Amino acid sequence: MIGHLAKLGGWGLQALTRLGRAHLLLLPMMRGLLDILRRPRLLLDQVFSVGVLTILIIAVAGLFVGMVLGLQGYYILSRFGGETALGLMVAASLVRELGPVLTALLFAGRAGSALTAEIGLMKATEQLSGLEMMAVNPEHRVLAPRFFAGFLSVPLLAALFSMLGVIGGWMVGGGMLGVDQGAFWNGMQNGIDFREDVINGVIKSVVFGFVCTWIAIFQGYDCVPTSEGVSRATTRTVVHSSLAVLGLDFVLTALMFS
Amino acid sequence: MNKKTVIEIWVGVFMALGLVALFFLAMQVSNLGTAYTGKTFDVNARFDNIGGLKVKAPVTIAGVEVGRVTGIRYDAEDFRAVVVMGIQEQYLGRIPEDSFAKILTAGLLGEQYIGLDPGGSLDTLANGSEIAVTQSALVLEEVVGQFIFGKAKEGT
Repeated sequence: MIGHLAKLGGWGLQALTRLGRAHLLLLPMMRGLLDILRRPRLLLDQVFSVGVLTILIIAVAGLFVGMVLGLQGYYILSRFGGETALGLMVAASLVRELGPVLTALLFAGRAGSALTAEIGLMKATEQLSGLEMMAVNPEHRVLAPRFFAGFLSVPLLAALFSMLGVIGGWMVGGGMLGVDQGAFWNGMQNGIDFREDVINGVIKSVVFGFVCTWIAIFQGYDCVPTSEGVSRATTRTVVHSSLAVLGLDFVLTALMFS
Repeated sequence: MNKKTVIEIWVGVFMALGLVALFFLAMQVSNLGTAYTGKTFDVNARFDNIGGLKVKAPVTIAGVEVGRVTGIRYDAEDFRAVVVMGIQEQYLGRIPEDSFAKILTAGLLGEQYIGLDPGGSLDTLANGSEIAVTQSALVLEEVVGQFIFGKAKEGT
């Protein structure tokens, strides 16, 4: 009995120390901003591998999600004779929820896991210790550019996702199903408020970008430096990021739209 | 072209695409592209019942939007609702003072808005003036109630 209690306590303490280490990591990464300002090249390379290479999956996913929303929305709305509200439905669900959330989930799978594996492997092959031996701070030189690249890329990717989703919904609704074009765009513009909907969606994606990249980098930096440890850390990145995004989305939605 | 410039170009393309998408969301999807952001003047109207009228609902003349509802409050003195409408400044001195304001519904279940019917007076609405003649919103329950009441009367 006591043994089980001790196990539970030990697990709790371990979780807390991990959380503490994750927060302590934020400070040197913020200081790394100075290094980035001196050498923007570092950031540029990371934006390429984190952001540019993620465009394709985001674009394809956004287009298809928008097309499916168009089809399903038309099916439900046409029962009530409300096909003209299709544009509003597609745009509102994309801009408010699906754009930021799905982008963050895809980002965690495509870029987050890669970041963890890269940093974990650097740790396992002692490249990070090597940098330290040469008096180069790996937290400034390796972690910070990756962190800010992710932080910068996710809002842009989410905007791209939402735009392509709206275009996908318009292609299906206006093109295939014959919803009136004027009503589609007009209903959308009347119903979507710039501050209320678009800006709140952008704020959401900024928060998700921060959290996803932070988790990915921490898991890589904190992993057990073996092949098994790296593989576990990669799995944890995807699982933790997804759960954090979904949980935070509920909290943010409750704060913003209630 | 060396690899460095290729990466730079791609990052530039990515940034531009993201900003274009944001611009698209602002201008084409949201109301930022169509919203009137110029100056307005305030006109008040008192209604017995505003139904489901909301702030930001359009104010129209002959179906054309000339302003928006900017405020709704309850006046405890005469038990009526006071609706403040922000009318676009270009119509200052163009709307007769004895215009008629009524709360209408777009479609059967649509949003409610205010329709102004111009009167014949030579004096015009200015900032802070009040519309005297108004018609309340149509409340479905009341209409149904009246119909049933009328039927019952016919029966006796």
